[in-house]
Amino acid sequence: MTEKVPFLSLVRKRVERQVQDMDTKEYPAIWLQAAGCTGCSVSLLNVINPSIKNLLVDEVFPGSHINLRFHPTVMAGAGEPAIEVMIDTSREKKGGYILIVEGAIPTAKDGIYGVVGEKDGKPMTMQAWVETLARDALAVIALGSCAAFGGIPAAKPNPTECRPVSEILKAKGIKTPYVNIPGCAPHPDWFVGTVASILLTGLPKPEDLDEYRRPKAFYGQTIHENCQRRAYYDEHKFAKKFGDPGCNYELGCRGPITHADCPLRLWNGKVSWCVGCGATCIGCTEPDFFDITPLYEKTSQIALPEEA
Amino acid sequence: MGKIVIDPVTRIEGHLKVEAVVEGGKVKEARSAGMLFRGLELIMRGRDPRDAQRIAQRVCGVCPTSHSIAAALNLDSAFGIADKIPDNGRILRNLILGAAHIADHILHFYHLVALDYVDVARVAKYEGNNTVLNSIKDFISRGELGPFVPRYEGDYRLPDDVNEQAVAHYVTAFEIRRKGQEMVAMFGGKMPHNMGIMPGGVTSTPTVDSMASFLWRLKELQEFVDNVYLPDVIAVAQVYSDYFEIGRGCGNLLAYGSYELDGKESDLTKRKRFFRPGTTSTSLKFGQFDPGQITEQVKHSWYADSISGKHPSQGDVVVDERKEGAYSWLKSPRYGKAVFEVGPLARIMVNYVGGNPAVKSLVDSTLARARLKPEHMFSVMGRNLARALETKLIADAMTDWVLQLKPGQPAYTSYKLPEESSGMGLVGAARGALGHWIEIKEGKIANYQVITPSTWNISPRDDKDQPGPMEQAITSTAIRDEANPFEIVRIVRAFDPCLACSVHLVNPKGHDLGRFRIC
Repeated sequence: MTEKVPFLSLVRKRVERQVQDMDTKEYPAIWLQAAGCTGCSVSLLNVINPSIKNLLVDEVFPGSHINLRFHPTVMAGAGEPAIEVMIDTSREKKGGYILIVEGAIPTAKDGIYGVVGEKDGKPMTMQAWVETLARDALAVIALGSCAAFGGIPAAKPNPTECRPVSEILKAKGIKTPYVNIPGCAPHPDWFVGTVASILLTGLPKPEDLDEYRRPKAFYGQTIHENCQRRAYYDEHKFAKKFGDPGCNYELGCRGPITHADCPLRLWNGKVSWCVGCGATCIGCTEPDFFDITPLYEKTSQIALPEEA
Repeated sequence: MGKIVIDPVTRIEGHLKVEAVVEGGKVKEARSAGMLFRGLELIMRGRDPRDAQRIAQRVCGVCPTSHSIAAALNLDSAFGIADKIPDNGRILRNLILGAAHIADHILHFYHLVALDYVDVARVAKYEGNNTVLNSIKDFISRGELGPFVPRYEGDYRLPDDVNEQAVAHYVTAFEIRRKGQEMVAMFGGKMPHNMGIMPGGVTSTPTVDSMASFLWRLKELQEFVDNVYLPDVIAVAQVYSDYFEIGRGCGNLLAYGSYELDGKESDLTKRKRFFRPGTTSTSLKFGQFDPGQITEQVKHSWYADSISGKHPSQGDVVVDERKEGAYSWLKSPRYGKAVFEVGPLARIMVNYVGGNPAVKSLVDSTLARARLKPEHMFSVMGRNLARALETKLIADAMTDWVLQLKPGQPAYTSYKLPEESSGMGLVGAARGALGHWIEIKEGKIANYQVITPSTWNISPRDDKDQPGPMEQAITSTAIRDEANPFEIVRIVRAFDPCLACSVHLVNPKGHDLGRFRIC
């Protein structure tokens, strides 16, 4: 019979050995903010497990650390030294860094509506940054509806000719793989889950993404399919004003045409979600959601429920 | 003579560039400019007025709750229901705003401001058992120091123990502010961009269990504010006490008032609010607030001079990109043609001189303990301190508000959409006085104007060439090291700028942006 060894000490030995054997693999990341509102960044701060502290300083998985080198809202540096971080990373870590874009890309008048710092003495437009940084990235994550689809700044009449990241890449023939994580704001789990899958199993395969390059793991079903008020819809019981029991379909709910797992995942520590607080879904994970208007009228794009 | 250019200014919301001309070691002239615009006011034109509730909020993802309150008050007044919001709706709006406000101020101090004073890299020397600090020590030892390095060097003065504690609290504060956002989501559905606040009230109906759960979260926030946030602000202020003399600014303060205590008065300027509206200055005299005194001036902005000096309800946007002497996308809001600063400092000092007993006693006791005078509040540290003090006042007031809710009773009332109308929504947002104005014609939005707190504070020179509040605060500041201009970024961040909010949009007619000089 073998000598009994306390379980915890076994674990500890194993962990110690791992730490000795394994160098931490660093995944440099650049988080570029374009025409947006910083809401996607704030949403990420709301992540729970892992926490934002885990993401910033700890190994997010044993042996892997995301090295967030540039993020305008959290980084210590400012001005030229901060800009140099982006440029140096794209040169030194060619093909090895993750580019995260938050916000749409203004393209009117050569992109002059949105400028971030200078490069070689000239103002750098957001469009120029995406073109410069995306080319040599390992992958691009278009985070939030603005980066993924144009979002609110691209709503009609799209005064600054905002474009999604995908169109910028296409126009320049940039082949770097990209993923869209829409939402206004996107749930932090959708972002962290996507990054985690890249770290653990590599870049997403075509079958992992839907027609809009959204990960099916998070956007595979409609709001309507999993809605807590679905039974009311099936029974044709519709709320006439906010606060009523009933399905919010006649108040303009976009649940039937919106793909996301909000009703199951819930928001902000799982305390609620849009329909959970009595409001409607406004379809914020879908392309052009701010042009399917008015937001608070039943939309003709949703077929009426069939009589039972 | 040197010129300091900081672009981008980080740890703020949005895209800001600051330029300072330094002569004889002092800032001779400062200019600030927004670097992005999106055109939300233009996107709103021609839409259903209710859509403004959702679009206006997207002005800013850091302070969306303030915009959702301003939009709701604006639409309430345009729809003729400002005096018909059920008490539950009024109180839930206060609670949602309060929770966001507390979370926002904690985020500001620990995550936007602290890295100007706290030295994360020094945790490498830490010898102790704190697991958080040891994990940061491990992080530093791995050698990849982003996002904490690069940074300005040469003026981190906190003693080791205070510094270590502040780094540990930087981490705790992430958790606490997250809980504040959870409180918003409890009644607002989600955060950022709550869905619950609507013209007519709030979509959610309070229940006993949601009230209890909200209260316990509030208690945790209150404890953090009392035992960690406020003491940390004071500890940092004591070590950097010279910053009570730096960044004085324009000396005039304006507050709109916030947190509705009366649902039956439709006039926002007469309504009883937890923070009262008003003005004051370094003379510490109280002045009544009159929204008719607000104008927007454009002499140094890229807009046609013909629209200068208008009240926001008559506001227009006609671009003039070739205008000589213009250097910013921001207009210059002025009150009675004078330069006014808005924000927590304004809110606290207006209520201090305006006879709010809770504000008076908290400010007096804090100043006495720190051996400071009220005039020291007009400074970098004064702004950071005012923010912490008002966080405590709001957190302390919210418990009673929760208990005033009537579980199971509606928080929302219906209304009929008007064909022609106009409205105004004024609120004390986390960053200061926030105003929304709407004009409705043929049932659609004909005009929607927003003046944000940062438009006041970061505004460029006006028609009389008076620099904006932040420009004045930077001017005459002594710069110790032009390569590491700590003084400038500390002044800027004390205003908590929010640039996504502040930029107006161009008229679709006749603009040629290719010729715009961006700064």
